[in-house]
Amino acid sequence: MKLLNYTTSYFSAVLLILLGIWAVIFYVEMLDEIYDSLDDGLNNQKMLIINRVKNDPETIKQLDFKEASYKIKTINKERALRFKDSYRDTLMYMHNEEEFEPVRLLETVFKEGDGFYKLQIFTSMVEEDDLIEDLLFSLILLYIGLILSIVLLNNWILKRVWNPFYNLLQQLKNFRLEKDQKILTISSNIEEFNLLNTRIEQMLEKSISSYNSQKQFIENAAHELQTPLAISINKLELLVENEELNEQQIKLVASVLNNLEGLTRMNKSLLLLSKIENRQFPDEQEIDFVDLVTNLKKDYKDLASHKEMEIKIEMTSYLKHTMNKDLAGILVSNLLKNAIIHGKEGSEIIIEISQNSFRISNVSNRKALDESRLFSRFQKNSESANSNGIGLAIAQSIAEKYQIELRYSFTEKHNFHLDF
Amino acid sequence: MKILIIEDELDMLQNMKDFLEKENFVVETASSVFEAQNKIGVYAYDCILLDINLKDGSGFSLLEDLKKKEIEDGVIIVSARNSLDDKLQGLNLGADDYLAKPFHMSELNARVKAVLRRSHFRGNNIIKLGNLCIDIDEHQVDIDEEVLALNRKEFEILLFFASNKNRLVNKSALAEHVWGDHIDQADNFEFIYSQIKNLRKKLNAAGANIEIKAVYGIGYKLVEG
Repeated sequence: MKLLNYTTSYFSAVLLILLGIWAVIFYVEMLDEIYDSLDDGLNNQKMLIINRVKNDPETIKQLDFKEASYKIKTINKERALRFKDSYRDTLMYMHNEEEFEPVRLLETVFKEGDGFYKLQIFTSMVEEDDLIEDLLFSLILLYIGLILSIVLLNNWILKRVWNPFYNLLQQLKNFRLEKDQKILTISSNIEEFNLLNTRIEQMLEKSISSYNSQKQFIENAAHELQTPLAISINKLELLVENEELNEQQIKLVASVLNNLEGLTRMNKSLLLLSKIENRQFPDEQEIDFVDLVTNLKKDYKDLASHKEMEIKIEMTSYLKHTMNKDLAGILVSNLLKNAIIHGKEGSEIIIEISQNSFRISNVSNRKALDESRLFSRFQKNSESANSNGIGLAIAQSIAEKYQIELRYSFTEKHNFHLDF
Repeated sequence: MKILIIEDELDMLQNMKDFLEKENFVVETASSVFEAQNKIGVYAYDCILLDINLKDGSGFSLLEDLKKKEIEDGVIIVSARNSLDDKLQGLNLGADDYLAKPFHMSELNARVKAVLRRSHFRGNNIIKLGNLCIDIDEHQVDIDEEVLALNRKEFEILLFFASNKNRLVNKSALAEHVWGDHIDQADNFEFIYSQIKNLRKKLNAAGANIEIKAVYGIGYKLVEG
């Protein structure tokens, strides 16, 4: 959930509860106040009626409500003495409305002369009913109004206030350490954001510099290893030429030589990989992939025919892309090599070229490969002892450099796609 | 034949010297620009192997000096800086060839011999090997005056072996020389085996008195007899 919506929903829930409680209290208070004033009115009327009875004994004959709002009834003394004033809500038939309406009723007793009388006075509560309705309606309106203004204000204020934060977030989302890009922060009046900005800038600077020095280190290490490796291999070759060695000794040296050569190959691949990552192939030109593949097919003819494989090129259009010539060659030849090495003996390798895609597919006994691991370094996906698992990582690295998408799919065949 | 190696990496220098001396070359060495200048000033060499990064200067300046003095020695640049610019600069300054470090000794040997052939036997680019006669310009091999039909790769294999007669030729050196740099990480070079097998068959059928021997999984050796 977005920060914006999160606070808004939080506010809505809290407001709903708070406004509810507040409305109940308000309502009860109002009701209390209304009853108070109604009861005061009734009490006042009571005094007036009792006074009127004193002056005009005829009044006492008001036995039913009729057109007046009170009635008087005689009661015996015992009941009168036990009687206490009571206010209550009740229903009464109203002629104008032709139905029962709520009324407030006061029952009291008084003594006039020797007689005890019970007096009932009522007052209509119709308006108060409307009041409750109005109150509820207003509360709902108030609630909606509050939520709306909070959402709008929240949006407006949050967007303004959190702008540096969202800006930073957007850049972090697109940030890739390998891409050597800078994060541009917006300075803000808010201390926390400034702190966040400077901290992130420092952290990224540190990561970038350690990433670069790591890349540089790999390149330097690979570079420095080349000569000692070559010297060792040369010396061992000279040793093998020595006539005095017996077969067993030569086999031992041969084994060391093979390992050293494996190391040399791996070192060469690493050096190439870090050179690509360190952007040491600046020259670019338009590469005709059909040309490139046709030439590579010739280069790999012997390797393929050794496994009795046939390389078929199917093109529907020319495919051209601007990139470094050597890297284009390495990219395609690594994919081709991969297909030959892991392909089944006697099978076909099919290369399909269209206007903006390139696909190379081979058949093998293996099931679908795990794409997530396929393109990482040193991921050995084969039993082949001589494959060091860097070839596809190199291809991936080249493809990335030129915004080409390299992906793998399995459809009975193993397919490697380049989408331009 | 006299060769001067200018190289400041002493182990490397020693390796090259040992290897080339086995080929019956007279080898002299220099490990600095200063030392090299002294030697070049006094003696004439058939071939100079020149490292670009020397402690007291660049091999390029040495190359310029050589060409200014119109010294006709063949020059092969040997550089750890495997960059196209270096290669172009070197060849523009008049070097005969460029070899990136690290390299196989058999490759160096083939390059040296190619330079020597060009400078010493102009127009007569033919190698005699047992009863074989290899015409490099014509890409043709004769055995006892009979033409031996070889494809381009087989010819290159044979020529590489001829340059490294009686020497151990590492499989990867052969693969890189014949199939190019990119082949080296490809496979366990099994495919080379089938190529060699074909070549042997053709040589035997034509009655060649040379033999390509396998050397314990390391590579091959071409011997006469």
